[in-house]
Amino acid sequence: MHDANWEPRIVAFFCNWCTYTAADLAGVSRLKYAPNVRIVRLMCSGRVDPQFILAALAGGADGVLIGGCHPGDCHYAEGNMKTLRRFQMLRRVLAGFGLEEPRVRLEWISAAEGEKVRYVINEMVEQLRPLGPLAWGQRFGVEEGAAAHAAPAPQPEAVHA
Amino acid sequence: MNSNGTNGDIRIGFYICHCGHNIEGMVDCAAVARDIAKLPGVAVSRDYKYMCSEPGQELIQTDIREHALNRVVVASCSPLLHEHTFRNAVEAGGLNRFFFQMVNIREHDSWVHTDRAAATAKAIALARAAVRRVRFHRALETTRVPIHPDVLVVGGGITGIHAALTLANGGKKVFLVEREPSIGGHMAKFDKTFPTLDCAACILTPKMSAVRAHENINLWTNSEVVKVEGYVGNYTVTVKRRPRYVNEELCVGCQECIAACVFKEPKFPDEFNVGLGKRKPIYIPFPQAVPQVVLIDRERCLHFKTGKCKKTCVEACADRHAIDFTQKEELVQVRVGNIIVATGFKLFDAKRIPQYGYGRYPNVVTSIELERLVTSSGPTGGEVLLRDGTHPKSVAFILCVGSRDFKTNRWCSRTCCMHSMKLAQLVREHTDAEVTVFYLDIRAPGKGCEEFYDKSLKDGIRFVRGRVAEVTDWALREEEEGKLVIRAEDTLAGVVRRIPVDMIVLAVGMEPQADAQDVRRLFNMSCGTEGWFLEKHPKLAPVSTFTDGVFIAGCCQGPKDIPDSIAQAGAAAAEAMALIDRGYIEQEPNTAYIDQADCSGCKSCLPLCPYTAIAFDEATKKAAINATLCKGCGTCVAACPSGSIRQHLFEDEEIFSEIEGVLTHA
Amino acid sequence: MKKYAYFPGCSLKGLGRGYEESLLPVMERLGVEMVELDDWNCCGATAYMSIDEKQACVLAARNLALAEKTGAGDLVTPCSACYLVLNKMKHYIKESEEMRTTVRRSLDGAGLSYSGNTPVRHPLDILVNDIGLDVIKEKVVRPLTGLKVVPYYGCQVVRPYSTFDDAWNPTTMDRLLATIGAEVVPYPLKTKCCGASLTGTLPKVGLRLTYILLREAARRGADVISTICPLCQFNLDAYHDQVARRWGPVPVPTVYFTQLMGLAFGLPAKQLGLNRNFVRMKPLPAAHAPA
Repeated sequence: MHDANWEPRIVAFFCNWCTYTAADLAGVSRLKYAPNVRIVRLMCSGRVDPQFILAALAGGADGVLIGGCHPGDCHYAEGNMKTLRRFQMLRRVLAGFGLEEPRVRLEWISAAEGEKVRYVINEMVEQLRPLGPLAWGQRFGVEEGAAAHAAPAPQPEAVHA
Repeated sequence: MNSNGTNGDIRIGFYICHCGHNIEGMVDCAAVARDIAKLPGVAVSRDYKYMCSEPGQELIQTDIREHALNRVVVASCSPLLHEHTFRNAVEAGGLNRFFFQMVNIREHDSWVHTDRAAATAKAIALARAAVRRVRFHRALETTRVPIHPDVLVVGGGITGIHAALTLANGGKKVFLVEREPSIGGHMAKFDKTFPTLDCAACILTPKMSAVRAHENINLWTNSEVVKVEGYVGNYTVTVKRRPRYVNEELCVGCQECIAACVFKEPKFPDEFNVGLGKRKPIYIPFPQAVPQVVLIDRERCLHFKTGKCKKTCVEACADRHAIDFTQKEELVQVRVGNIIVATGFKLFDAKRIPQYGYGRYPNVVTSIELERLVTSSGPTGGEVLLRDGTHPKSVAFILCVGSRDFKTNRWCSRTCCMHSMKLAQLVREHTDAEVTVFYLDIRAPGKGCEEFYDKSLKDGIRFVRGRVAEVTDWALREEEEGKLVIRAEDTLAGVVRRIPVDMIVLAVGMEPQADAQDVRRLFNMSCGTEGWFLEKHPKLAPVSTFTDGVFIAGCCQGPKDIPDSIAQAGAAAAEAMALIDRGYIEQEPNTAYIDQADCSGCKSCLPLCPYTAIAFDEATKKAAINATLCKGCGTCVAACPSGSIRQHLFEDEEIFSEIEGVLTHA
Repeated sequence: MKKYAYFPGCSLKGLGRGYEESLLPVMERLGVEMVELDDWNCCGATAYMSIDEKQACVLAARNLALAEKTGAGDLVTPCSACYLVLNKMKHYIKESEEMRTTVRRSLDGAGLSYSGNTPVRHPLDILVNDIGLDVIKEKVVRPLTGLKVVPYYGCQVVRPYSTFDDAWNPTTMDRLLATIGAEVVPYPLKTKCCGASLTGTLPKVGLRLTYILLREAARRGADVISTICPLCQFNLDAYHDQVARRWGPVPVPTVYFTQLMGLAFGLPAKQLGLNRNFVRMKPLPAAHAPA
């Protein structure tokens, strides 16, 4: 059983042109929503490597939200279609791991849909609450956080002038 | 200093902005600064009231010098607003501008949450992520992309006309594309303009002629943009030129062909007179049309429909041979550096409010129909007439038709109050009719407009405040027999009233054009919730869009009157000219690149790029990316199985560190 | 053979008898089976809701439960008030957890249950949308040619819910009347209130509303007003003397649309309950008498 004060933590990958702008619009409109989401800004949802999603989940996130432009509206023509393909494949893999479906979510949110940002985040938080923490470490018998890096992160060169 | 900008140590300067009360009101900035100060590599951690201000920026610059900072993180508003500002500040401080990362704790945090503890925790998490990420940033240079000096202006209403003339006068070559057979837009249909009651044609037609005469403007009417390829500075635009069946170069606009047409009388509804007048299949849209060239309506022309026509029009044009039935649709390509979209608006369809009787009662007309009636060159020669040809003794205006209404359009269309009062004054001038205006609020914000409202009151125009419930023809009292009855609550008097009138004018609101969604996709723009083209920033960048090199102006951006449309046209022209005269635009260097050593030549990336920026080199058997074509979406980066494709500014390690960072704090 | 559960409501067994007397034979002629609910109770109409919301809801729900029990199909209610009340209660039960619980408990006590799935529909809807104007046209033996009819819907079938037609300008009855041969008079007051119970409690207001409807019908040369609601029919029919006293006579007769359908199908006027009207409808021209 988890801590009564536990709050779901969601890492979100938002595309710059639509979803991130929509989240800005939600802010400008002073809409209020749950504080459980941490947004990582990318240029396009097509940049979302499935490894990012896995890294987030293994790193302690209880859910991952990917936001992109509506099909047909991608700022880079079709990046979001690739996101969709990858997401659908990843979903099957995650189901195989026994991961509950609400934990990883893909939403199309246009730059004008500040209200949708609010609604999606609130809904996702409420859907994750009954599921409890993901507890990756416990599920897969690994140390949580250790699996966070899909590739060893290179340290910046400590080179001399 | 190496490409990392270090002599070994990473030294990060962290700044969290209070933004007055905007952030500090919900986020404990000092606590965030304290937390970040403890992180490895953070040399300086401050909180300050207004980071984007002069002193705020100077603070960064001073710290860079005095504390040998080689990375800067600012936690404040959205990067979409001030990333550029801070990058400039960092650069002015002597550091490469890309050694900077911004954290959004205003739009994404303080403005949207209500619990201070939660908001502060979120700010800490986001700040930690940025501090981790920025370590991996490398020095980058912006690339310069040359700007083609020509400009495309889409839409030939007053906005497009003004933008085109401004650019052309500045020595730039302009392609002005207009869908209708003549430029002029909605303004060409007006009689007089508010608040000066200037004759619309008198102020518009000289501009229209100037467009025609200008050597720098290529005027393409009866044409539409069908494809846009490329990017800022280098657009290739395909324009479809629809056939008029009359050669523009040869026709002098004498109109003898129209007189000679086998249709002795005009028979077909006339688009310019919004169906109130008639025209022949061969026609000129209106007397002052530019270009002053005739065109043939293929759907109605006897020759096209039956093949059996005497073609008296051709005979009448025997010396110039301007009529050409064989004309075909043409696709033309042009290269331009900038595009200004000025496609205007359409009017609300009054049939959507059946209670007002438009389409059922013949003497219920729209504002634009009345506009054509009062115009001396209109279908009734300037007489305000009922459908039976008599003069009305009483006219009512219903305002906000379709606007400010949850059931139809929620916005205010901004111009209808003034437009209606203008028409009301003109009706008083042309007839002796009693005029009543039914309004919710009177909005008269521009110069001279409140005074215009006063004049309307002095002219004896009556104003009844209340939303009209119904227009009906059932009469209750004798004076209502044979008239239209308006039922409305007079909210100032506190009674429901029945007012019989002869003629009712509906002040229909403005809406985005019917094909606004198609058009915005064509130019890679977004639309706002209401359907108007989306500006980059509603306050600071009303004519720019999120796509560099594409500007919007006029009513396509939102309802506005003529002076504001012209102001935006000038603004868009100026923005375009600024780019052209500088000669280049600086591209954000977030392009993808391939590490040739790691590339295995699997070709998975090749079909992914919509800009065909990835090419396969048969000699080396490896893929390579053309940085000029790459737009920086990162799709190929995520797809590469060997991880050999990387993206500047969005490197894998940068993103992984950000993910790790947001999860270090609850 | 189409089958429907049938809820007549109090009016159709009382003052609105003519409605039932014409509706049932018309449905029979069209091959539709109407299964009257066994032991139905008053729907509560508009009055009960103002007195006790919960009781009113249970009252209505019992009928809905009975409808489900018969399993005959969609529930048809000709009276506009019953139609509105039953639909409104359906809506309330769906929206309110509290209401659902109260209803469930009460129904349990009566050995009934209610799932909320049975649609409550109006005969106009069934006739035009389920059976179809083509089928109706086939049964017409005596088209009402030359008869000028005003289509009057009243308010409850379009406000607040207008499930099968436009709220401001419904046309279902217009089309139906045209199909049986009548000349439909354009009438802008087709959904304007008839005065409802105000004709009894506040005659100054109620009668005036009735008068306005009758006057406009007369002005437009109507031979008859066609209604779908028993209270509208009553108001428009029974108060002519009072209206005449206050404002002047407007003797336009008002009948049920089903009575007009019955006439078009060749059924005798007496069988359709047309003799119950205060203001009698003139007999149809002899040229159109059934063979």
